[in-house]
Amino acid sequence: MSNRIDVKKTYKLYINGAFPRTESGRTYEVKSAKGVFVANPCLASRKDLRDAVVAARAAHSGWNKATAYNRGQILYRIAEMLEGRRAQFVDEIMQLTGVTKVKAEKEVTDSVDRLVWYAGWTDKIASLAGSTNPVAGPFYNFTIPESMGVVAAIAPETPSLLGFIDVVAPIITSGNTVVVLASTKAPLSAMTFAEVLATSDLPHGVINILTGKKEEIAPWMASHMDIDALDISGLPAKQHGPIKFAGAENLKRIHSFKSADPGRIIAFMEAKTVWHPIGL
Amino acid sequence: MSFEYAPAPESRALVSIKPKYGHFIGGKFVAGGKHFPTINPATEEVLSQIALAGKAEVDAAVKAARKAYTTTWSKLSGKERGKYLYRIARIMQERAREFAVLETLDNGKPIRESRDTDIPLAAAHFFYHAGWADKLEYAGLGTSPKPLGVAGQIIPWNFPLLMLAWKVAPALAAGNTVVLKPAESTPLTALLFAEVCQQAELPAGVVNILTGDGSTGALIVNHPGIDKIAFTGSTEVGKIIARAVASTNKSVTLELGGKAANIVFDDAPIDETVEGIVNGIFFNQGHVCCAGSRLLLQENVAEEVLHKLKNRMEKIRVGDPMDKNTDVGAINSKEQLAKITELAAVGDAEGAERWSPACSLPAKGFWFAPTIFTGVTQAHRIAREEIFGPVLSVLTFRTPQEGIEKANNTPFGLSAGIWSEKGSRTLWASQQLRAGVIWANTFNKFDPTSPFGGYKESGWGREGGRHGLSAYLKGVSHE
Repeated sequence: MSNRIDVKKTYKLYINGAFPRTESGRTYEVKSAKGVFVANPCLASRKDLRDAVVAARAAHSGWNKATAYNRGQILYRIAEMLEGRRAQFVDEIMQLTGVTKVKAEKEVTDSVDRLVWYAGWTDKIASLAGSTNPVAGPFYNFTIPESMGVVAAIAPETPSLLGFIDVVAPIITSGNTVVVLASTKAPLSAMTFAEVLATSDLPHGVINILTGKKEEIAPWMASHMDIDALDISGLPAKQHGPIKFAGAENLKRIHSFKSADPGRIIAFMEAKTVWHPIGL
Repeated sequence: MSFEYAPAPESRALVSIKPKYGHFIGGKFVAGGKHFPTINPATEEVLSQIALAGKAEVDAAVKAARKAYTTTWSKLSGKERGKYLYRIARIMQERAREFAVLETLDNGKPIRESRDTDIPLAAAHFFYHAGWADKLEYAGLGTSPKPLGVAGQIIPWNFPLLMLAWKVAPALAAGNTVVLKPAESTPLTALLFAEVCQQAELPAGVVNILTGDGSTGALIVNHPGIDKIAFTGSTEVGKIIARAVASTNKSVTLELGGKAANIVFDDAPIDETVEGIVNGIFFNQGHVCCAGSRLLLQENVAEEVLHKLKNRMEKIRVGDPMDKNTDVGAINSKEQLAKITELAAVGDAEGAERWSPACSLPAKGFWFAPTIFTGVTQAHRIAREEIFGPVLSVLTFRTPQEGIEKANNTPFGLSAGIWSEKGSRTLWASQQLRAGVIWANTFNKFDPTSPFGGYKESGWGREGGRHGLSAYLKGVSHE
């Protein structure tokens, strides 16, 4: 079989459950850690971002309305699908980042475990971040956290799979939908992860994935008026200021994080307080 | 049949207003340079001359706050910090009537509201947060949450002392020190609060109060010695602040504008609903960010509700804020009156139908009769922009889904009202509405234990409850 020519994969975007090419027709070259050509992923454009936001907005009502139990099972299902394709992710991580097999395997293991961890949060975060409030009057008063809507995110360059999951999973755990820009240098993990998502019963449009350049996409994310919040964990700190400045136009909630924590889920939830009188 | 009420004026004798005030910096009153008048909006009488803080005063106040933070306040145990807050709460209760009279004179709101709502709630906020001071490790932010440092706090003129309490009480309980600027037109109760701090023997510099205008606010926001900004005011200014701090490490909470929908379903208890509508929009002259300024009536009950609403509005007593029978007092300032007048004129020009009860307004001072506009569409400016006055825009809807859609059709998301006798519908509606505070079969209720704050362009963060407290603490993983 040594003469066989490999069938190589075309890496495209993941928008609304489909795998379109960028409307811009642009690609960029991704090379392995050893400098060998690997793929021509899409160089996503502002229009791709807008299309992805439309899909994410349309998906929000359904995903937000899904029971926490249901969302938990789907997140768990994503973990199951990822577990089943470990080898492919290990290969891609090694190829693009040059890490050892042991390190790559650990990243994939951690990624699966992290998804399971978030799956368990879907039906617990409300009791952590909500409250009943003993107001001084004849009222029943409670605060429940709920999803914000459409959150955009910039995944960190590395680790390309675990970093991506750490950004995306907490956002969707509470019922938000997300448009995420994958690692520029190592986008294969994210795009292969899209194939995992496509087989995980995740409703179309809940996670939308773009590949391309941060400096091109991030400013449009910041100024887009139908994006409610932004996770800029994947942006260098010196770029945070201009992004926050642009995001002020619709007062986006803009955060960045260093570790996995339930605070990441809560940061992209709104607290809603409901009053009702008590009486005969 | 008409009922005449004999005048029932509250006494002014309780308050003594100085002809001129300075700033409260480092525990002492410091003479100001330039001054501007603060007036009683109901009479246009000049009450006092207020100092305008510039760069030197802001520097001095931030320095005093920093010194107090590093040398005293952060060294004090939570238990002892809490005792100071309890003292403040008690003194505010003791001097409640004095605060109420002063608030009404400076703000124009009815004495009934300042006496029964603003001042008791302000004291309650200190009492509530006093108890948090030694329990911060249970606030859900890990075992050792830390204060942020020096908080710059800028508050509006609609609930002057209450907004001060919302800002100062959680900041101090969490271990921060503050530089607070009351609104240009309502500084007097904040200055009286400075005396309360002295009576409570609060360590010097823990609370600093600077009076001034927007320029003073900008100096506070942009001061490098400030760690946290808390602002209540317009969405426009909120965005300016968000941009100003974008490239800094300052934490920010913003309580901004609103255009709340008050939704009446056809199964609502009509009489209670009418009371709720009146309370929703005419409470505090409509100078309320969470006012129910868009009334959404289900079509089949619209006529009945409007008929009863107009009847009820005929009985609203507008006039002397110091009279204990007054329902609606004076508009806070000439500028605000001009803004309300202008937007109401836009309502006329865009084709909505204006109605006000016959009521005689005092000749002096700033007044605007309770007003409703019917035939309003979603595109009208009076359905989209915050009027911040006693002006209600009435829209109708056919199905509950349409009602929710119209309610959510706004860049704001602070509050909303629901009127229905059906529990499942009420809970469904409260789930659908994109707003931070939902009042079901009630409106404009506030409590220190109850988080308050908005979605979308109504701001960042919450005030009140555990949620509000966390805005003054550093958590674990969150940068």
